[in-house]
Amino acid sequence: MHNRKFLRKLLLFLLTIPIFFFIYFPVLWLFSASLSTQVELFSVPIHWFPQHPTFQNYLDIFFPSQAASSVPQTYAVSLLNSIKIASAVTVICILVGSLSAYALVRIPFRFNRSIQLGILATRMIPEVSLVLPLFIIASGLHLINKPIVLIVTYMSFALPYAIWLMAAYFQTVPIELEDAARLDGCSRLGILFRVVMPISVPGLVSTAMFVFLLAWDEFFYALIFTSTLAAKTVPVAIAEFIGRYVVNVNGMMAGGILAAVPPVLVALIFQRYIVSGMTAGAVKG
Amino acid sequence: MVTNSASRPKRKFSLRQQDARTAWLLLVPSLLVMLGVTIWPVISTFILSFFNAPTGIHQVRTFVGLGNYLNMLQDQTFWETIGRTLYFTVVSVGLELAIGLAIAQLIHSHPWGWQFLRFSLIIPWAVPTIVNGAMWRWIYSADFGALNGLLMQLGLIKHYVAWLTLPNMAMNLVIVADIWHTMPFVALVLQAALATLPEDLDEAAAVDGANAWQRFWKIRVPLLRPAILVALIVRTVDAFRVFDIVYIITSAGPAYKTLTITYLTYLNSFSFGKQGTGAALSFLISAFTILMAFLYIRLLYRPEETQ
Amino acid sequence: MRTFNRIGLLIVTLVLIVGIAGCGSQPTPNAVPATQAPANAQAPANTQAPAAQPVTIHVLTMDQAGIKNSEVDQIARQFEAQNPDIKVNMEYVGYDYVHDKITTGMAANPPAYDAAMIDVIWPDEFIKAGYLLDVTNRVTPDMKANMFPASWNGVTRNGKIYGMPWLMDVKYFMYNKDMLQKAGITAPPTTWEEVVDQAKTIKQKGLAEYPIIWSWNQKEGVVCDFTVLLFGNGGAFVDSSGKPVFNNDKGVQALTWMKQTIDEGLSNPSSVSSDENAVEADFLAGKSAFAVNWLFQYSDSNDASKSQIVGKAAFAPMPVFAAGKAAGIKSASVDGSSSFAIMATTPYPDQTWKYLTYLASNEVQTKYSAEMLPVWQNDFQGDALAKLESATPTNPVTVPAFLAQFPYANERPTVAYYNEASAALQLAIQEALTGVKSPKDALDEAAATWVKLGSK
Repeated sequence: MHNRKFLRKLLLFLLTIPIFFFIYFPVLWLFSASLSTQVELFSVPIHWFPQHPTFQNYLDIFFPSQAASSVPQTYAVSLLNSIKIASAVTVICILVGSLSAYALVRIPFRFNRSIQLGILATRMIPEVSLVLPLFIIASGLHLINKPIVLIVTYMSFALPYAIWLMAAYFQTVPIELEDAARLDGCSRLGILFRVVMPISVPGLVSTAMFVFLLAWDEFFYALIFTSTLAAKTVPVAIAEFIGRYVVNVNGMMAGGILAAVPPVLVALIFQRYIVSGMTAGAVKG
Repeated sequence: MVTNSASRPKRKFSLRQQDARTAWLLLVPSLLVMLGVTIWPVISTFILSFFNAPTGIHQVRTFVGLGNYLNMLQDQTFWETIGRTLYFTVVSVGLELAIGLAIAQLIHSHPWGWQFLRFSLIIPWAVPTIVNGAMWRWIYSADFGALNGLLMQLGLIKHYVAWLTLPNMAMNLVIVADIWHTMPFVALVLQAALATLPEDLDEAAAVDGANAWQRFWKIRVPLLRPAILVALIVRTVDAFRVFDIVYIITSAGPAYKTLTITYLTYLNSFSFGKQGTGAALSFLISAFTILMAFLYIRLLYRPEETQ
Repeated sequence: MRTFNRIGLLIVTLVLIVGIAGCGSQPTPNAVPATQAPANAQAPANTQAPAAQPVTIHVLTMDQAGIKNSEVDQIARQFEAQNPDIKVNMEYVGYDYVHDKITTGMAANPPAYDAAMIDVIWPDEFIKAGYLLDVTNRVTPDMKANMFPASWNGVTRNGKIYGMPWLMDVKYFMYNKDMLQKAGITAPPTTWEEVVDQAKTIKQKGLAEYPIIWSWNQKEGVVCDFTVLLFGNGGAFVDSSGKPVFNNDKGVQALTWMKQTIDEGLSNPSSVSSDENAVEADFLAGKSAFAVNWLFQYSDSNDASKSQIVGKAAFAPMPVFAAGKAAGIKSASVDGSSSFAIMATTPYPDQTWKYLTYLASNEVQTKYSAEMLPVWQNDFQGDALAKLESATPTNPVTVPAFLAQFPYANERPTVAYYNEASAALQLAIQEALTGVKSPKDALDEAAATWVKLGSK
């Protein structure tokens, strides 16, 4: 009996090994490449770990004046831009979106259903179809290459996403609490701010995290709307490592690690909110 | 709980009207933003799709009605691209679901180190798509990549293979890269849902003699239906519109074997300067995804099954 | 208490609305896209803005191989010092992004850029779209006479000039001296057939698994390489009436030859997914004997931090096919030059023109001649030539190579629909190389597409 249980545990553990391999092999390879010089990366047979590991790639990014190639010089700035933009988008989406999510989920009114469907439908629209009109508006307002243009255009996908996530979350707040508050004479707004919001902090954190990751990840709009240091984001900077005259794979790998650090950190720190956010969305649909 | 009507403040409007006003108040900021940033551009693009609109300053837009749409629907590249995109979507989402479900169940069984496993899943998911693409592009590199290095050292290949040049392999390789990045999301969602399932049903079935396999398929999976549905819809819609990863890894090559429908739209709108065609394409994409979402909901959604 | 909440909410809402809408500076958002003809009928008037306060011009260019972005910034600062009423805002992006940024930039009014770098294959498309300003009357006779005639190719159409030359480049044939020596080969090849023979020898001796590396991935690079081979076989893209002829037997031969070299294990199969950077990476790692690439590969080959073949790379004239040689073709390469053009709707054409002439001026071009070869002919003559050749350690080699190869640079078709045409050709070549279609079928289909595009 014990033997069988032990065997079963062992078997399950063995099954996790290929999964760990699949997850970590690319990441560790990325990390190893970021510590290599270009000459080492281009050697055959492959050096799994650099024979002469160096932090030069990272140094080039953080101390750009010493960097030989031009791309690392601007990388640190794009990191800052990404942080600024993703944070701003997150804050606005939480503020604005949570109010709307509550309205859609708890307040019965005539257009409730259609607005819900409308918001869902906007998620179906590919970015490429919004780009040109948005660009024309942004140009007319002289917003190109300013971070604000990305913050606003990201709303097109971040806001519906935030509303959807928080709507799912608000649905899990027990209606009895709200009913009790109503009977106590609270108005809708009162219920929202005094009862629902405090309980929903995990949901808000969870949504904030998802939105942050989504904004950090975005590439297409950033590519079209920004290229100067003022507003260039990290995905655009990474893509620039693959240019016509640029052979800087090791720099790109270092840039990749750095680009991945903030979202991975955010996700790991707030991981228990991932679970709660997904549960809310998943169980209640 | 009856309250004395005298102790309640008089209301000017009915509760329903008050509700409506509050709702609108709460919704107005969002709606304004979406009006400016989504609805107006969508309308603009929709109108554009009925014109022949070459890029250019002195270009005259000629009204062609459904011309752009008809041209698209008659174009072989269009249908091939739809086919490729569907292939990517079905295979990618299918595998993500299968593997994600398996991993979710695995975590649920609490093997040694299951918390670390769940923790580890977050990493591929949080890595930005572009970094993921750049990473896999390097892994697949014909002359210096890790895939070749690994297979060579394992003795599975004798020469390095130029993976991304193989017309029949390229799409599958992009799919693998995509799965690495998005499967964790599915796994985490399903695992979260699994964790909320009551154990007693399962135990009762075990007592009745059902083995682990049967318990999994007949009890757990049906109960996971809402979670699976959510994961399916989200992933299908996103997979159908894939662009970033194709852009970075293959740039739609070799020989357009990894050209997806969004990429085709991008090419038409920007590289070829045919904005009318690009607009029509983007509408077709939206129509397709909305249709898929509705189909899913129709086919799979059942109101909460009572236990 | 409740009303307070409500008012608070209202205030927050208003602040948000005002904040978002008001973050832009200008009153009239351009609700009507600028591509409608009537709105822009006035645009080309290009009235001069009063030079009271400093005018800022925005210039888009690509990250370049030779000259660094910081050096171009230096040039901009020097210009600003000499012209205090003009400020220059340079924007650098990778080559792959320039075209689309120009297109989107021009969709706005005023345009996002006042000037932009134009690759040699874009003028027709941009002229048709009305993006480029006609500067024929601004070009001085001195410039016309003393700059390389070939450098004006990229910007002259129908006798009108649309920009200023900036950088001339052509694809070179480079080989690894060391490898050839070890294989017992005494002289570099002069025909592609000889290249194949030498490659076979090198392969047999185990010096390189795939002796030749190309940039045949599905981007413009593959058309560049095809241009080299097509013209080297005595072929052409279009005939005198503009009809595509690249699918005649000369073109099919060239494409078949390409595929064959892969099949025979002489050309690296990864060429099909390689761009110019991958070619350089391969060559600099000492894995290939022959590599066709732009000038940058040579200077990088002598950079120890990037290259394992320092001092071993050498130039040879671009080979041709035996058939081409018989037809009297000495060498055939492809022109990859770039120029700067003024955007037609810019509000500051004069200031922009001033900057462009400064960029192309002899003063600037000679100062940075180490990083990019000047566009002035007289820099390549007499004393100036000696000075140029000694400017950097690599110039003694690169300058003569340039002088030898550039005259044989061939142009790709100068048609307005080039981007789409090139995409069709790229697809065809890729289909042939991956075995999806036969070279003849693939080229025939591409030619049919060209005809369709040309008839619109």
